[in-house]
Amino acid sequence: MIPELGEFALILALGFSFILAVIPLYGAATLNTLWMDYAKPLARAQFTFLLISFICLGYAFANDDFSVQYVANHSNSQLPIEFKLSAIWGGHEGSLLLWAFILSGWTLAVSLFSRGLPLDMLARVLGVMGIIATGFISFLLWTSSPFERYLPRFPADGADLNPLLQDFGLIVHPPMLYMGYVGFSVAFAFAIAALLSGRLDAAWARWSRPWTNVAWAFLGAGITLGSWWAYYELGWGGWWFWDPVENASLMPWLVGTALIHSLAVTEKRGVFKSWTLLLAIFAFSLSLLGTFLVRSGVLTSVHAFASDPERGFFILVLLLLTIGGSLTLYAFKAPNVKSESSFGWLSREMLLLINNVFLVVMAITVLLGTLYPLLIDALGSGKISVGPPYFNALFVPIMSLLALSMGISGAARWRQTSVAGLKEQLLIPVIISLVVGIIFPFIYGDGFNFRVFLGMTVSTWVIATTAKEFKDKFRNANSITAKLSQLTPSYYGMMLAHVGVAVVAIGITLVSTYSEERDMRMAPGDKIELADYQFEFKGAKKVKGANFTADEGTIEVTLEGEPVVTLYPQKRHYTVKRSMMTEASIDAGLFRDLYLAMGEPLGDDGAWAIRVHYKPYVRWLWLGGLFMALGGILTVFDKRYRKKSTGEVAHA
Amino acid sequence: MLRFFILVLLSITSAYAAIDTYEFKDKDKELRFHELSADMRCPKCQNQNLADSNAAIATDLKQKIYLMLEADKSDTEIVDYMVARYGDFVLYEPRFNAQNAVLWLGPGALLLLGLIVVIWLTRSRNNKNAENTEQVPELDAKQEKALQQLLNKDKKS
Amino acid sequence: MPRLLLFIPLALFISLSFFLWKGLSIDPRELPSALIDKPFPEFQVAALLQPERMLSKADFIGKPVLVNVWATWCPSCRQEHEQLLRIAQDNKINIIGLNYKDERAAATNWLRQLGNPYAFNIYDEAGMLGLDLGVYGAPETYLLDAQGVVRHRHVGVVTAQTWAKLQVMIQKLGVNQ
Repeated sequence: MIPELGEFALILALGFSFILAVIPLYGAATLNTLWMDYAKPLARAQFTFLLISFICLGYAFANDDFSVQYVANHSNSQLPIEFKLSAIWGGHEGSLLLWAFILSGWTLAVSLFSRGLPLDMLARVLGVMGIIATGFISFLLWTSSPFERYLPRFPADGADLNPLLQDFGLIVHPPMLYMGYVGFSVAFAFAIAALLSGRLDAAWARWSRPWTNVAWAFLGAGITLGSWWAYYELGWGGWWFWDPVENASLMPWLVGTALIHSLAVTEKRGVFKSWTLLLAIFAFSLSLLGTFLVRSGVLTSVHAFASDPERGFFILVLLLLTIGGSLTLYAFKAPNVKSESSFGWLSREMLLLINNVFLVVMAITVLLGTLYPLLIDALGSGKISVGPPYFNALFVPIMSLLALSMGISGAARWRQTSVAGLKEQLLIPVIISLVVGIIFPFIYGDGFNFRVFLGMTVSTWVIATTAKEFKDKFRNANSITAKLSQLTPSYYGMMLAHVGVAVVAIGITLVSTYSEERDMRMAPGDKIELADYQFEFKGAKKVKGANFTADEGTIEVTLEGEPVVTLYPQKRHYTVKRSMMTEASIDAGLFRDLYLAMGEPLGDDGAWAIRVHYKPYVRWLWLGGLFMALGGILTVFDKRYRKKSTGEVAHA
Repeated sequence: MLRFFILVLLSITSAYAAIDTYEFKDKDKELRFHELSADMRCPKCQNQNLADSNAAIATDLKQKIYLMLEADKSDTEIVDYMVARYGDFVLYEPRFNAQNAVLWLGPGALLLLGLIVVIWLTRSRNNKNAENTEQVPELDAKQEKALQQLLNKDKKS
Repeated sequence: MPRLLLFIPLALFISLSFFLWKGLSIDPRELPSALIDKPFPEFQVAALLQPERMLSKADFIGKPVLVNVWATWCPSCRQEHEQLLRIAQDNKINIIGLNYKDERAAATNWLRQLGNPYAFNIYDEAGMLGLDLGVYGAPETYLLDAQGVVRHRHVGVVTAQTWAKLQVMIQKLGVNQ
């Protein structure tokens, strides 16, 4: 009964989204206030029924209803409850329901937090989000309903969730990621609404910014969580593989970064409007493209959902309508956009535009590399692979240029700045950065290393220039505390995010250069040494978990005779799926991780194949990601976004 | 001296890291082994390199790489050997040839194009403004310096 | 901004969609053989059922053959075995077996129990011939022409449809000779 209710709720939600897609937009076009007023309640209704649908699916999982195909395929009676519920988004159909649910959540949020927004603008924004929702709910009902049943005969127990997914990571990573992907639809909707209404003044940018920043923060957090999860879960100590699905999340984030900066300029200076509109469309288009890539089966990936060309075709049609439609609208309406001010050739505006170019080229590079094998195959020229060597070779130089440019932009003034002024401002940061870059590999490593020099110089540069800009704010201040509270959350957020970039860069540089790894055969009592640490294997024993049995090894780690930690890596055998999984044991630290994994048992003397990793500064990667996400969230608390409406009726 | 090499032969497809305990006397060869197995793709898996895959074919290919390294073959010879049997698909670093020119040169060209467009746009915008404003009298070196000092004194961001 | 330039994003997107649409009908996991139109690798390997007999390429050059890579640990090989028996009965073309990384005793038993569609079997215990051939997972079936050049590779179970397609190719080979 409950699954059918869920399906029915989905159908009702479709009805409401369809009406939301049509009536308010028509009302905005004809200035019909009544029809525009329908937008808010329709958003509420859409949300309510998607919530009901989502809860129904959760109920089916919680009650082990294996007559529902999706539940039978992804769950099991032995599965711990937190994973039963997370399994809702463990497969294609359920994750799509999550997507639609989160979309309705953002739509509701926009309807609730838009007091200063003129009615026609709100109607258009919600209407566009309704169009997207209609597309996705149709997709769900037509090809991917999670409520399909196995009747009359259904399995007594489920096929269990993939052991790799039975982890905390599943609980947090997809929802965060989807909050980001879907959140860009708000920026998209604002852009489309602006194009439709012809009202392309900078106010649109001010309304758009908090939504975009939050979406960007969530997406960044989702990517960071994904990298962290892959690191400790997959057992080989990697944190980024340039896999198509990983790239699908990075591309909208890169364009999103360009977008948040472009929006800032458009709001403050009234320029770049046409470019910002295009970026908003581009960012969400990449979200949709990501959805296509992950679910259609055109690309191979360990992370991809079970794919189906029929579903792929449906998503492609959705893409054509949404992206094609928006780009057509853009081509026709964008010429009406006029700049409100001008700027000199060396100015903060120009430098931010340069940064945009870097970010967009980075995104296109990732897109090119991800799709190139498909292009070559579609042209009949055979199969090739594009992997980490390509992406690292191209991405790193451009990212370094971007980091350099970041520092200069911070020192530049709006409208016009002089080379002499810049030189004077940036001299000290240049010196500090070069000094750190040159000295660091000698102190930390064993001699000069160009990669470390580049990475450390560029990271220090970002931090030093940010610090200098911050210090300069106090030049004319009478009191430090007064000035501190005068600085806006936006500013603090920006600083935090920029420092986050530097922290990530440091992490990447150091972990890729100074990591050490050894795979060894170890019998009980054997010792090996890695990076000044001694590892002694004490043997393995059998242990039992909720739905698995495991061989658990014990390894004692010492540093110069002093015990550091004892690690317990496991080799798990999941009883239902009959598959094996490595559960690595990690001693996490801010400045280094010790990472141990067990391979296969070798021989009768209790020996095992053991992998030992020394990973310096790997946590900085995720710390930096966290900084960036927090920085993004911080900007939303700016007072100017929370200005109460003055009570005047917003004119249509 | 006993030299063991242990093959970890896995028959079930499961999700765990392949830990092969090849022992190299030569540190340089060990490094090359790690690089080669990281940069080559497992022909059967869902986008994994040889290093991380536990498929039977990946283990065989890693063993072949090990044997070829011990036989003092160069990296190029090993790569060519694999490509002759499995095609370019097995390389994660696409070859630099006419077919892949767009792939390797595209981003750089795009970057240049982007920078040129930005500079040209700002220039033409600037020129438009220059036409509209009256000619500003040029400052001499002393006046320029004084101006800079004034500007730097009360700098506001 | 000149009007036409604003249509560039749309144009780029449409060309991209075309490739994505084409991509839907391609299987990204299918790997074509790197040896198409190249000679079958040279080898000197023992036969499965007669361990003292050494086999080489000379044993099947002369007319088109099918080389079927199989093993007892491969469940799909079990699936296609009946079809292979039918092909052998048809007598249009010989099937040479390549027993890949298997155990001689298990393989011999298998053929005894299920029937032997193969003219003879190459016992590639270590899989070295398979490596030279570019085998990445059993079952695989190769079509060679009379000169021993690889013309086609089919990865996966050989079904009746596969056999129909192969027959068309074999006919073309016969015509070209």
